Amino acid sequence: MKFINGITILLVYQLIGEISVRYMQLPIPGPVLGMILLFLSLMFTKKVNTSLDTATTTLLSHFSLLFVPAGVGIMVHFERIENEWLPISVALLLSTLLTLICTAAIMWLVNCVFSKSGEGNA
Amino acid sequence: MPEQDLSTIWVYLSTTPLVGLTATLIAYGMAYRLYIYANSHPLLNPVFIAITLLIGFLLLTGTPYEKYFEGGQFIHFLLGPATVALAVPLYQQFHKVKKLWLPILVALVCGVTLAAMSAVAIAGFLGASLQTQLSMAPKSVTAPVAMGISEQIGGLPSLTAVLVVATGIIGAVIGTHIFSIMKIKDDSIKGIAMGVTAHGIGTARAFQVSKEMGAFSGLAMALATFTTAFILPWLLELAGLI
Repeated sequence: MKFINGITILLVYQLIGEISVRYMQLPIPGPVLGMILLFLSLMFTKKVNTSLDTATTTLLSHFSLLFVPAGVGIMVHFERIENEWLPISVALLLSTLLTLICTAAIMWLVNCVFSKSGEGNA
Repeated sequence: MPEQDLSTIWVYLSTTPLVGLTATLIAYGMAYRLYIYANSHPLLNPVFIAITLLIGFLLLTGTPYEKYFEGGQFIHFLLGPATVALAVPLYQQFHKVKKLWLPILVALVCGVTLAAMSAVAIAGFLGASLQTQLSMAPKSVTAPVAMGISEQIGGLPSLTAVLVVATGIIGAVIGTHIFSIMKIKDDSIKGIAMGVTAHGIGTARAFQVSKEMGAFSGLAMALATFTTAFILPWLLELAGLI
């Protein structure tokens, strides 16, 4: 029953998110608004109940499984990918590499400067 | 059993979502077992292996993607509630985030901008079509959100989904190597960089390194999702692409 209750909470927040986004024509996807609303609720109640914790742990522990059906969709785009394989693969590889390196380097740098004024280490 | 019976059974099966759904779970189960068996070698990323197995199966049986997705959609659908669920680790790690808010914020905004604009620029430079470039822009955020953004900015949501998964796999495969070459040991930094770059697939990898790296990666994924949804349309407009 815990999982059922937990997933119900998540779906209710997603539903509220989807409805509000459409109703108020917000530029963000429904699940993101649902996530923000749930986060604000948690800040307010200051407690994650066991149902929500169970459902969250279950869903997020195999998060990568959820990407499989979308990934198989590459089948539909074989032709486009054949025509544009070079820009697509180079852009994906380089951009991923660049983002990993720069994000880590920037955070490390700011962390160093920041922790000089306070405690902590880099 | 006579052959005719088997083909009638297949005709029946191909009209139900049962095969697509079961095949997805079996493929992932096999891929995951192989991954564990190989001591979590990053090159044997379970998402990548599962997708390869499934495509092989679909091509062999002549099943079109649309038919497969009738079953696959049940798993795909869970990405929505899973995105909402990211609020929970975000809340649970909030005390650490508060302490590191400045480095996280700066890294996040730079990372999100770089993830989107470097891909768009490189693809454009090498001659990709505008639609491909736009589909690529939200590649570093979790799939349902990326697809939503893609639709909004004029990309192809289904192509975006594929690029998102590819980015996640690349990030998960090379991430830990890059960090060890850079000699970064701090799990909070590794987690943030992984989550900003490689969303859920990277986060799954981060959790295998350590709980703390996983938590920070999940956090970065949630924050990046949210930040990208807000600033990407504006960035692309600024770059004159939409």
